[in-house]
Amino acid sequence: MAEPLHTGRTRGMGELIDIAGKTTELAPFGTTLAELGRERPEIVGLTADMGRYSDILPFRDAHPTRFFNVGMAEQDLIMIAAGLSKVGKIAYCTTYSVFITRRAYDFVAISCAHSKANVKIFAGMPGLVNGYGATHQATEDLNMMRGIADLTIIDPCDATELKQVVRAVADIPGTVYVRSLRGKVPVELPDSYRFQLGKAQVIHEGGGKVGIISTGYMSARAMDAARLAAEQGIASSVLHVGTIKPFDTAGVIAFAQRFDRLIVAENHKTTGGLNTLVVEALYDAGIMKPLIKVGLADSFFECGSQEYLEAKYGVDLPRMLRAILEGN
Amino acid sequence: MTTLNHPPGSADLPALKARALNLRRTMLHMASGKGEGYIAQGLGIADCLAAIYFHELRYDAANPAWADRDRFVLSTGHYAIAMYAVLAEAGYLEAAELPSYGLNGSRLPMSTFDDIPGVEMVGGSLGHGLGQAVGMAMALKLDGRPSRVFCEFSDGELQEGSTWEATMGAATFKCDNLVALIDCNGIQADGPVTVQIEPVADKFTAFGWDTVEVNGNDMAALVDALAGAREKNGRPKAIVLRTTPGHGVPTLVARDRAHFVRVDNSEWDALKAELESTHG
Ligand SMILES: Cc1ncc(C[n+]2csc(CCOP(=O)(O)OP(=O)(O)O)c2C)c(N)n1
Ligand SMILES: [Mg+2]
Repeated sequence: MAEPLHTGRTRGMGELIDIAGKTTELAPFGTTLAELGRERPEIVGLTADMGRYSDILPFRDAHPTRFFNVGMAEQDLIMIAAGLSKVGKIAYCTTYSVFITRRAYDFVAISCAHSKANVKIFAGMPGLVNGYGATHQATEDLNMMRGIADLTIIDPCDATELKQVVRAVADIPGTVYVRSLRGKVPVELPDSYRFQLGKAQVIHEGGGKVGIISTGYMSARAMDAARLAAEQGIASSVLHVGTIKPFDTAGVIAFAQRFDRLIVAENHKTTGGLNTLVVEALYDAGIMKPLIKVGLADSFFECGSQEYLEAKYGVDLPRMLRAILEGN
Repeated sequence: MTTLNHPPGSADLPALKARALNLRRTMLHMASGKGEGYIAQGLGIADCLAAIYFHELRYDAANPAWADRDRFVLSTGHYAIAMYAVLAEAGYLEAAELPSYGLNGSRLPMSTFDDIPGVEMVGGSLGHGLGQAVGMAMALKLDGRPSRVFCEFSDGELQEGSTWEATMGAATFKCDNLVALIDCNGIQADGPVTVQIEPVADKFTAFGWDTVEVNGNDMAALVDALAGAREKNGRPKAIVLRTTPGHGVPTLVARDRAHFVRVDNSEWDALKAELESTHG
C-alpha cells in the first residue's frame, strides 16, 4: 500500500523539533565556544561551509581572525585542523556528522587520532535530527568512530550538557568527536548536572524494575517516557551514557544489575553503537537479562520532518513508552 | 570532424525559452507555501536544463532504462526542485505529483534519489556526481554505445577533492563523451563562494578538458556551447556556466541569503507575477 502523504515536510536545516513545554537555548555550542575563546587564545574555530548550520558563527563574530571557513572540503577541514594543532592550537571543527564520518574518516583516524592531535570535532545533526535523507543522516557514526583508536566520543543529551562539553574537551588531550546539536536546543538536565568524561550518570532515579540506558537526546526522551510511565504505575530509571568512548563498562554493569529488564535507546542504528556496547559489556560480565533495543534498523532512511521520521522508524516517545509499559 | 550522438536539427530558441519559463513557473508552484527552500538555484539552472532536455539530450521518457539514452547526472541533489520540474516537463513524472515535493512520504523528496524515474544518482552528499559520470562515460565507450553523459555540478563542489580526482580521471580515460556543466552561481551554504576557485575555466583546460565559459542564463550561448561539445576528439568537455541565483524573479535575485531562501506564504503571488512580467 502507498504511504499516506503527510502534511509535514522536510524543514530547514535541523533545528530540533519544538516539543511543547520544553525550554530551549539558542546556539549553545557557538555561544559557549565564543566565551571560551576569550579565555583561551589558542582556540581556533573551523567549518567546511557549514558555519551557519553548525552554530559556530558566534565564535566567528567574537574572534574573526581565529575563524577559518575552508569551503566545502571536509577532508581538508580535518587535515588543516590537525596541522593547526601541531603548532599549538586547539582546533574546533564543524560540519554535519555525516560528512565528517563518511567523507573524512581516514583523515580523522590518521591525521588526528593517530597523532593525538588536539582537534575537537563538533559533528552536527546526528542521526534522524537531519531531515535530508540518508545522505545527511549520520546513523552509523558512533559505530564508525568507535572503531578508531585513541579517539574520545561524546553524545550530549541537551543544551546544559553540550555547553559543559564545549569547555571540557579543551582539556581532554587528543582528538574528540562530539555529536553536536544546533539551533534551539532543549534544556533537559538540571543545573546541578555535571558532565564527567567516561562516567555514565543516572539522570532519572525512579527505582522500579526497568532500567533504561541511553545516550544523546534519546536520554531526554527516556526521561520523558519514564515520567509518563510512572503516572501509569510503572517505575523506571534512566542511565545517561554521555561518553561513548571510553565506555563506562563498570557504571553500565552496576546499573544493569539493579533491574529485571533493560531498554537501550539511541539516535543511531542498533548495530555498532550504544546497544552493541551495552550487550558486549553485559555478556563479558555474564549478565543475561531481557533487553529491548530502541534505535534504527540497518537501512538508509528517507527525507522528512523529524517527528515523521522518528515515528516511522521507531525512536519516538510512544515507542519508548511502549518499551517501558509493555516490555516489547 | 566526427561528432557524437546529438540532435538532428538546429535549436528553436523561442521554444527553448518558453520551456525555461515553464520550468520556472513549475518551480515557483512547487515551492509555494513551503516557506523556504532551494528555489534560487532552480531558477538559475532552468535555462541550462531546458537546453539539455529539449534540445541536446537523447532520451525516451517512456523508457527510463533505455540502454542507449544519454545520461543527465545531477550532482547537486539539493537542486531537486529543478530536476523534478524538468522531469515532469519531459514526461518522466506527472505534473500532478509535483506539489508533494518535500512533503513527508512524497516520492519527490528534498534531495534526489535514483529510484525516481529519470534520476541517475543519489544526490545530497556533494562531490559524487562527476566521478560517477566518468564511470558511466567509460562504460558507454567500452560497450561501443553512442550515448553521452552530461554532468551538472556546482561551484561549491569544486572545493571537494573528489571532483578533481574525477577531473583527472576523465582526461586520463579520454572521456570525450562526457560534458561537464559547472554551475558557477557564486554562492554556497554560508553565502558567497568562500574559497578561491577561480579561474575555473583555466583549471579545466589545464586538466586536459575542452572548456568554454558562457552566461548560463543566455539560451543562445548555451545552445552554442553544447553544439561545440560534440566532437569525438579524445578530450572531455567542460562548460562553465555563469548563472544568477533567482534568475527571472528580481526579488529573489536581490535576496542575500540565496542558498536557502525563506519566503512568506503571502509573497508567492507577487513572485509569480514578477516572473511573468520579466518574461512578458
Ligand atoms: C559533502 C557535502 N558537504 C556538505 C554538504 C552541505 N551542503 C549542502 S549545499 C552546500 C553548498 C554547496 O555549494 P553549492 O552547491 O555551490 O551551493 P549553492 O549554489 O546551492 O548555494 C553544502 C555545503 C553536502 N550536502 N555535502
Ligand atoms: Mg553554488
